[in-house]
Amino acid sequence: MPTHLLSALKAGQKGKIAGFDLPMEHRTRLLEMGLTKGVVVELVRFAPLGDPIEVKVRGYHLSLRKREASGIQVTL
Amino acid sequence: MTIAPPPVAETTRNVAIAGNPNCGKSTIFNALTGLRQKVGNYPGVTVERKMGRFFGSHGEPMTLLDLPGSYSLQVRSPDEAVARDVLLGRRADTPRPDVVIAVVDASSLERSLYLVAQMLDLQIPTIVALNMVDVAERRGIIINLPALEEELGVPVVPMVATKSLGMVELKQAVSRQLLAAPKRLLPIPEPIRAEAESIAGELKVSPEVAFAEALLLLTLHDQALGDLAENNPAVVESVLAAQARLRALEIEPLSALVEARYEWIHEVCSRVVHKPGESGLTISDRMDMILTHRVWGWVSFLGAMTLMFVCIFTLAQIPMEWIDNGAKWLGQWVSTHMPESDLRSLIVDGAIPGVGGVVIFLPQILILFFFLGILEDSGYMARAAFMMDRVMSSVGLHGKSFIPLLSSFACAIPGIMATRTVENRNDRLATILVAPLMSCSARLPVYALMIAVLIPTASSFAKSGIMLSMYLVGIVAAFTMAWFFKKTLLKSDTPMLLLELPPYRRPSLRGIATRMVERAGIFLRRAGTVILALSILLWALATYPKPPAGATRAEAISQSYAGRMGHFIEPAIRPLGYDWKIGIGLVGSFAAREVFVGTMGIVYNIEGEVKDDTSSLRDTMRSERHPDGSLVYTPLVCISLMIFYVLAMQCISTVAVVRRETNSWRWPLFQIGYMTALAWLGAFAVFHVGHWIGFQ
Repeated sequence: MPTHLLSALKAGQKGKIAGFDLPMEHRTRLLEMGLTKGVVVELVRFAPLGDPIEVKVRGYHLSLRKREASGIQVTL
Repeated sequence: MTIAPPPVAETTRNVAIAGNPNCGKSTIFNALTGLRQKVGNYPGVTVERKMGRFFGSHGEPMTLLDLPGSYSLQVRSPDEAVARDVLLGRRADTPRPDVVIAVVDASSLERSLYLVAQMLDLQIPTIVALNMVDVAERRGIIINLPALEEELGVPVVPMVATKSLGMVELKQAVSRQLLAAPKRLLPIPEPIRAEAESIAGELKVSPEVAFAEALLLLTLHDQALGDLAENNPAVVESVLAAQARLRALEIEPLSALVEARYEWIHEVCSRVVHKPGESGLTISDRMDMILTHRVWGWVSFLGAMTLMFVCIFTLAQIPMEWIDNGAKWLGQWVSTHMPESDLRSLIVDGAIPGVGGVVIFLPQILILFFFLGILEDSGYMARAAFMMDRVMSSVGLHGKSFIPLLSSFACAIPGIMATRTVENRNDRLATILVAPLMSCSARLPVYALMIAVLIPTASSFAKSGIMLSMYLVGIVAAFTMAWFFKKTLLKSDTPMLLLELPPYRRPSLRGIATRMVERAGIFLRRAGTVILALSILLWALATYPKPPAGATRAEAISQSYAGRMGHFIEPAIRPLGYDWKIGIGLVGSFAAREVFVGTMGIVYNIEGEVKDDTSSLRDTMRSERHPDGSLVYTPLVCISLMIFYVLAMQCISTVAVVRRETNSWRWPLFQIGYMTALAWLGAFAVFHVGHWIGFQ
């Protein structure tokens, strides 16, 4: 299945996390916040100035910058 | 500040409350302890320690510790480190808790249970406080409590902390005579367990925490291990070897462990949580569609901020007048009831106006804290950070630095205290360092006076324009300096933003009131004592040596130590276009900038009370001439002086608070230094560039 970057999703789109391309430290923090492989993430919206983004994961809302989001691969 | 723990004999149990930020931990803490609480700092770090006492269901006294909110025991902020160290019994100043209340947000159970999963490894009797069950229910999330207790192996108490529901049951659970340490239920990948157990054997810690410590070590990344190696080279070596063996099996210790935990949590949740279909958009989601909207988001944001400032500046007016009148009344009362003496002068001219001048800002500070409390508790603060992050990150700061900087427009003190929500140490320091550059309300009287001297007859439109540009200068300076500090002194990778956007909820007024009282107390105690000492010092400087009999007030002050200091610093300020009389004003403003107006009133011997709109002072200043006959207050001097006040650190209360918040004198001293340099350079540039262009 083709992968997309989380940062490239449109608002309202959902994807399943397939992999990471991030330094270990950042990856760790995302993992601990529940962004583990296989979990479904919904891009809720972009901030009014375009960055950061808001995602819904494991039933809660989390905000992260595009920089990090572009290191998360998802399958639609 | 250290807090002596309550005498051991009086306490039957040490209870700690742990949980994610925003889970309602503090509400539970406040509800249990009421006013029997003490706030201080953990020795050696700038993390707040909140301790209190409460009574179990049979009246047995217990100590309650509110641990800083954290998402994981694998720490990334000083706050999280404190929570971890207390739970592991690593801190000498805080006993390892006998019981832990793990507060969990029922509306986002999966994420919340991650920390619980880690804590169950710690072998401390644990009670899960399942908070916000009402929110969960409204979202159609039904949690089977007996099943959850069964799965976690610890008691679970459903709660709605903001409505005090479940508090009695929580007390009963904590008071139970026999509380067993949780059994290890969580499946850990077998190779990791084997390695952790072998490392646990090497550690010189108590057997209950050894396994948890070993797991934490095993999942540290190289840099953190490197920091540890100094103290414990042997252990670090075996950890590295164990990590290498695991990687050879294609197991990345950390991600494997996190994934195992979440997998377990997901299974638990799928058995105990019943969701009768996604209920669609929640009220919170609908609110966010407006409040973070591209247009309406900004409209409501500006509206909220305007409302806050209008309230600070208008509502505070009345109590501020009371305090002002009260201080004057007290001064007069002392004057009439005490014989004329130096002591009377010290009290009437030094202590009362000095302390009164600080206490007068208390109403503004309280109103500001009230609004900050509402913004924080309602969940809007996270949205403000979400919206402003783009702007803040352009200078290397975090979205969360926005509110502290904004608050500093009213007063830098609450602004600096509000930086506690910024987790990254370097970001927090950078925010603290630049916060006093935002024009606070104490600068208003100075700006008003100087603008009146500059353009006495201009329209109020022109006057407001100049006032506004002073605010802009402060903002530009704050952002530039923040950028500069983040590039140099406080260099760190732009920390990643991971900001939870919690569901909106109704703020608890009781919780906000408790915090307001707490913060006001800190302000009065910390700033008040320093201010008292400094007001007395300044009084002495302006009073001694005594003038010969018959001297006017102006003559008296010019030959006092303060006057001599004005003369002394004259060479340093002459390049800015100032004379020694302005020097006296600057010396007097060291404690508090608004003192400038009163000091200038004395220097120019204006009889009676001087207010910023008093035309006599304005006219005297306008006609003041140098010995060579040229005007002192040329337009350029007025502007240069205002620029100086925008940029200089002239507030001893702020210095005291920065010292408290950073736990050392290093940062406040550095701050005084850099801001004075900045102010001097700014004023110099205005004066000389202005001349060069052809202004006077």
